[in-house]
Amino acid sequence: MSQFLLVFAEMREGKLRQVALETLGAAQLLAQEGDFIRIVLAAGSNTADAAAVLSAYGAEIIYTIEDEDLEHYTPDAYAAAIQAAVSEAQPTVVLFGHTALGRDLAPVIASSMGAGQISDVTSIEIKDGEGLFTRPLYAGKAFEKRSFTTRPAVITIRPNNIAAAAPDASRNPSAITELAYPTPSLRSVVKNVVRKTTGSIDLSEANIVISGGRGVKSADGFKPLEELAGLLGGAVGASRGACDAGYCDYALQIGQTGKVVTPEIYIACGISGAIQHLAGMSQSRIIIAINKDPEAPIFKVADYGIVGDLFDILPLLTMEFRKVLN
Amino acid sequence: MKIVVLLKQTLDTEEKITLDQGAVCEDGVTFVINPYDEYAVEEAVRLRDEHGGSVKLLSAGPERTAEALRTALAMGADEAVLITDERIPDDEYAVSKVLHTYLVRENADLILGGSFSVDRGGGQVAVRTATLLGIPHAGSITKLTVSGGSAEVHRDAEGDLEVVEVPLPALFTAQQGLNEPRYPSLPGIMKAKKKPFTRLTLDDLGLSPNEIQPATKQAALFLPPERKAGRILKGEPAAAVQELVSLLRTKVQPDTTAD
Repeated sequence: MSQFLLVFAEMREGKLRQVALETLGAAQLLAQEGDFIRIVLAAGSNTADAAAVLSAYGAEIIYTIEDEDLEHYTPDAYAAAIQAAVSEAQPTVVLFGHTALGRDLAPVIASSMGAGQISDVTSIEIKDGEGLFTRPLYAGKAFEKRSFTTRPAVITIRPNNIAAAAPDASRNPSAITELAYPTPSLRSVVKNVVRKTTGSIDLSEANIVISGGRGVKSADGFKPLEELAGLLGGAVGASRGACDAGYCDYALQIGQTGKVVTPEIYIACGISGAIQHLAGMSQSRIIIAINKDPEAPIFKVADYGIVGDLFDILPLLTMEFRKVLN
Repeated sequence: MKIVVLLKQTLDTEEKITLDQGAVCEDGVTFVINPYDEYAVEEAVRLRDEHGGSVKLLSAGPERTAEALRTALAMGADEAVLITDERIPDDEYAVSKVLHTYLVRENADLILGGSFSVDRGGGQVAVRTATLLGIPHAGSITKLTVSGGSAEVHRDAEGDLEVVEVPLPALFTAQQGLNEPRYPSLPGIMKAKKKPFTRLTLDDLGLSPNEIQPATKQAALFLPPERKAGRILKGEPAAAVQELVSLLRTKVQPDTTAD
C-alpha cells in the first residue's frame, strides 16, 4: 500500500531554510516504490516563490498556505495550517526540521494525530522495509536507533546531518495547490519580536561555529570571534562558563544544556572542554581548539590545536583566512 | 493560583555515559532534577510567593525519582505526586497520556516544565500534554509575568526574543535564563520531609496498559566512537595559523560537494 509522506518545508523571513531541503531529503530516504511525497509550505508571505523553487524536487504535490497569522509562529496558527494539509494528504508520516519552530510544532501535530514521534533524528536507514532512526541521547554522549510500532508517525530531523534533497529533472514538476488557511481562534498573541540575530546565521544550521569560553573574559572579548564568524559565514557560540559569567546570551550556549551543534568546522576559543560542553559539539566534523592551557581537555577531542592566547591567535587566523579567500 | 510542575529526574550532565548489558549504567552515578525542570520549579515557587496558591510537582518515572522530588519540595514546592509503574513505557506518546490522565482532574491554572530533558531530549512530553489538555502553550520561555487571567512570556526562538501573551490556563516550558534556581536551605530540607508525597500506579489512575501502548521502540543503543586527540600545531603563532588554514582548505574543500 502506498504511503504518503508529508514534509513541512520551513521558511524564515520569506525564504526556504536549508533544513527544509534536508527534511525533504529525509522523506526521500524513507519513500519506497509507490510512495508519494507531498510538501506543505505555511508562512506569512512568499510561499508561491518557495513552491516554484521546490517544484523541481520531484514531490507529487506542494500545498501552500499563506496568511498574516503565519507571519510569526504561534502553535495555534501553525498547527491549524499543518492540520489542513494533514486532512488533505492523509499522511502516514509527517516530517519536520528539529528547529525552534519544528521542535515546538511537531509534538502538537503528533498529539493531535495520535501519532508517535521520533525527535532530533541524525540518520535514517531502512531495515526490513521499516525506517530505523538514529538519534542522540544525553546530547550525543550516547545514541539510539528507534522505530515506530504504529502509524501515523512524526519525525523531526536535526539540521546539518541528513543530506539535502537535490532537484530531480527526471520527474514532472510538482502540482501546486493553494489551501485555505482555516482561521483558527488564536489563543496566544505575539506582541513583539526582538530580532537579536538579524543578519547572522542560526547556530544549529551553521556550517562553521566559532565558540568562546571563559577565556574570552568579557562581552567585548567575543568581538574577534564575531569577526571571524562574519568572514567565514559562520555563527558564534559559547560554553556554559561564558554564559554563566554573563559574557553572552544563553541562546548561544552549546552543550548538554543549551544547543547541540554538528558543523563542518568547530573552533573552540578559550574553552577548557568540560564533559557537558563536549556533549554538545563532539559530533562536529573538524574540531579546532585554541587555548592557553596545553592540558585543557578540549585538546583531547580536537583535530587541530593551537596552544596560545585566543586574543593573539584569532586575529592572525582571521587575517590568514582573509588572505586565502581573496 | 494552582501551579503544577512537570519534573523528570536525569543523570547529572557531568556524568560520563557507560553501557551495561544494552542499557545505560546507573551504578554509582549522580541523578539530578532535569536542569530545565529546575528552572520550572524555581519559577513556580516564586510565582506562588508573589500571587499565593500552591505548587504541586508531578512526575512519571522510576522510584529513584522520589529523591529529585524531595529536592524540589525542599526548594519550596508544596506537594509531590510520583506516578511510578513498570508498565509505563519509555515513549513520549505514552508518558504524555499518563500525565494527561492525572492532570485532567487537576484544573491547574498554570503548568510549567522544562523545554527538554537532558537525557532523551525529545522535547515532546510537555507540549503533548498541553495539546491533550486542550490548553495553549509557549515553549522555551525566559521570562514569565502573570497578571489577571493571562501570562506574558518572553520566548527564545533561535536567538530572537518573542513577547507573547497567553491566556491561562496554559503550559510553559522553561529555557535557560528564566531564573537562577535556589539551593535548598536546611530548614527547607527539614520541611520537605513533612510535605505530602503521593505515589500512584496506573491502576490508581484507572489506566490500563493497553491504553498506553508505546508508539516507538528502541532497536539499538550505542556509544559514539571516541574522538582521538589530533595534532597540536607548534611553532610561532603566525606559522601555526598558516598551517591550520592550509590544512582546513585541503580537508574541507574536496568533501563539501560529496554526499
